[in-house]
Amino acid sequence: MSAQNIRDAVIIGGNRIPFARAHTAYATAGNQDMLTSTLNGLVARFGLQGEQIGTVAAGAVMKHSKNFNLTRESVLGTPLDPKTPAFDVQMACATGMEAIGSMANKIKLGQIDSAIAGGVDSISDAPIVVTDELRGILMEANRAKSVPQRLKALAKIRPGHLSPQAPGVNEPRTGMSMGEHMAITAHAWGITRAEQDELALASHKNLAAAYDRGFFDDLVTPFKGVGRDTNMRADSTLEKLGKLSPAFGRDLGAEATMTAANSTALTDGASAVLLGSEEWADQHDLPKLANFIDYEEGAVDFVDGAEGLLMAPAYAAARMLKRNNLSFSDFEYLEIHEAFASTVLAQIKAWESEEFCKNKLGLDSALGTIDRSRLNVNGSSLAAGHPFAATGGRIVASLAKALHGKPGKLGFISVCAAGGQGITAIIEGR
Amino acid sequence: MARDTYTEFANTSFGRTLTKNLGLPQPAKLRRHRPGRPLIEGPVVVLGSSEAASALADRLLGWDLDVRRNVGPKEKVAGVVACFDSASSPADLSSTVLEIGMLLKQLKPSGRVITVSRDPQGTSDPAVRAARSAVQGLTRSTAHEMRAGGTANGIVLADDLDPSAPGAAGALRFLLSGRSAFVSGQFISVDSVNGALPGNWDRPLQGQVAVVTGAARGIGASIARVLHRDGATLILVDIPAAGEQLAGVANEVSGTALQLDITAPDAGDRILAHAEQHHGRLDIVVHNAGITRDKLLANMDESRWNSVIAVNIEAQLRMNRAFLASELFNADARGAMGPRIISLASTSGIAGNRGQTNYAASKAGVMGMVSATAAQLAARHGTINAVAPGFIETEMTAKIPFATREVARRLNSLNQGGLPVDVAETIAFLASPQAGGTSGLTLRVCGQNLVGA
Repeated sequence: MSAQNIRDAVIIGGNRIPFARAHTAYATAGNQDMLTSTLNGLVARFGLQGEQIGTVAAGAVMKHSKNFNLTRESVLGTPLDPKTPAFDVQMACATGMEAIGSMANKIKLGQIDSAIAGGVDSISDAPIVVTDELRGILMEANRAKSVPQRLKALAKIRPGHLSPQAPGVNEPRTGMSMGEHMAITAHAWGITRAEQDELALASHKNLAAAYDRGFFDDLVTPFKGVGRDTNMRADSTLEKLGKLSPAFGRDLGAEATMTAANSTALTDGASAVLLGSEEWADQHDLPKLANFIDYEEGAVDFVDGAEGLLMAPAYAAARMLKRNNLSFSDFEYLEIHEAFASTVLAQIKAWESEEFCKNKLGLDSALGTIDRSRLNVNGSSLAAGHPFAATGGRIVASLAKALHGKPGKLGFISVCAAGGQGITAIIEGR
Repeated sequence: MARDTYTEFANTSFGRTLTKNLGLPQPAKLRRHRPGRPLIEGPVVVLGSSEAASALADRLLGWDLDVRRNVGPKEKVAGVVACFDSASSPADLSSTVLEIGMLLKQLKPSGRVITVSRDPQGTSDPAVRAARSAVQGLTRSTAHEMRAGGTANGIVLADDLDPSAPGAAGALRFLLSGRSAFVSGQFISVDSVNGALPGNWDRPLQGQVAVVTGAARGIGASIARVLHRDGATLILVDIPAAGEQLAGVANEVSGTALQLDITAPDAGDRILAHAEQHHGRLDIVVHNAGITRDKLLANMDESRWNSVIAVNIEAQLRMNRAFLASELFNADARGAMGPRIISLASTSGIAGNRGQTNYAASKAGVMGMVSATAAQLAARHGTINAVAPGFIETEMTAKIPFATREVARRLNSLNQGGLPVDVAETIAFLASPQAGGTSGLTLRVCGQNLVGA
């Protein structure tokens, strides 16, 4: 599949901690603890103690400034060789995918033989900052050369300056939340409440079934006494989901379709994927689950409403499939990150739409249909939760395992991200 | 693990005087193995004039020990090896027995008495079998009389076994060493010339790949540490829910963590697949995982009974079938020592315990399984043995109410609970090449528990 002279980047395996709903089990853990624990679990699973890894790349979307070297500090907290270099990545919800894709590229080019890539996010331990006004005064006081100058600066502080600023989850350029953006897109594509609830239910059922058959035994390591994703509701029903009131797009009145159940909950968690060249994997007697074939970044102009905020993967997928001469029917499994149920459904409808594919993607016809029985077969973010930067690692490791033992079978990944961005990727079982 | 404050007190100078005057138990601080330290410090006296006496004295000399045939009346002695292998009637025992008696008062703390005899079942001559059986009664009673952390144990050689067999030397060294600190009143039978003495006694498991189930904590984690110290490469198994602790142990001993429920039908195959992938071999299996669900039989329910039987014995039977069907678990095919299995039994399985019909059944079942599987392992020049711990200071026993725990601790000849490392040392010994002549045995690590035979 890959071009000549470029070697395979092999997905060896992964590890994540169970994802926990924000402000619950991991409320006091923080990004550093979660990422370190995840790396420790990965080291233990593959016996990497004392090993010098080519590069470790990971990141967090919600990050304290004190964690400026988050990934490197986590590496130093593991039994990995301290000579293992590491750096932080940040690309909103596509952070994990970008970390994995770029590390795979380094391996393909022969720059490194092994890599760990992933991400972590904590809503519970999010950085809270002071107002810009207070920050300005404090910086002025810091620059002051004498005590009177300093006091003069500090005297400008007013009670209103002291209210803490929670990190923004709204789009800076529109002031709208991601959910409100998605509600517009969902409405435009005519996505029904029933479709969204069905997708959410399938996510919970598939995830619970995967846990029950031991699928996650070698993908997840418990953390702080949590063994399974705490957002998962194995006993949910369409009736229960149908009772919820809309949470987003409420100005649509009776046409509002997005609820707390068909939108992902805020979650804490971390994930990591171990990658290597074929030779490195063989030298270390490690499994080779799948090859990381290709990935594509995309971005759309959402600011003026020309395209939906979370529709970038629709464009990235078209370019990536064309480059690899593939269509959706070539994939054994498809993983479309469930930021919202309607995100998945809008992408599918767009690819099935001749009009969209001709006008927006510049194709001759529709990109194709998605076989729903191959979609998110082991559950996705609606059930597992979505600690922003950790989602890429969750998806890649699970999909690689699902494709292991099916040489040549392909897996498709789509992950949308804030700022109108997204990443799609292809992996191949072996 | 609960602190044993009584033992700490009894080892202060005031505590020693007080406990002695009041006739209270006097638990001693036991001598335990540390790599690089001498096997045993002080003279070792070899008694008897049999074939075994000369063979074992040669072994001891080869280990640079201070070996004596006799010592002065005031001299301190570290160990006594009394050989009765040529006894053909109980009357033959007397001179050697009385020599042991004279030496007991000269024994240093954590001293050793080791009797060597032949297997009573190996003869049908009434007088010979009586003599051999008598040695066992003598040994057990001596164990009860030992003081200051001393132990008495026996080595039982098969009827026609050459006493220079590696298994005899391996058992002798284990019983003299601090590795057997909490083993007393027990017998190690050596049935064959199989096995080999290691090139490096501190790394007898070098190059061997071992799997330990239930390795996330307690005795299992201790087994992992001791096998690692002795040179083994480890695969550590525990249920997925214990994965965080399991990863911690794996990283400590540079092993791999394999999260799986051993009651899964494919547990054995998954362990084999993991061993094949990461190491291309599997030499040692330690079935340590086990659970308790105590209830009086009158109140026993289906789930308590079934879960204990499923985890503690059915899972082991099923995994052993998978291992024994696999060429991977057949080290002999590669010209090395054969595969070894060690299972955790319990003194509850020997003596029974109130509220533990399920647990005792499962652990007695383990002992039955071990004795019946020995022939299959012998076909691969391998061994299978069980270790039956008595009262061990673990997180589990720390939950026993104070008074009950205090009584349980003192009800053995060493007047204290054992440590997880004591169980682990015995398992490491049975996994080692020097124990290759011993199979089908259940060895108790209980400080000679007064309850049960």
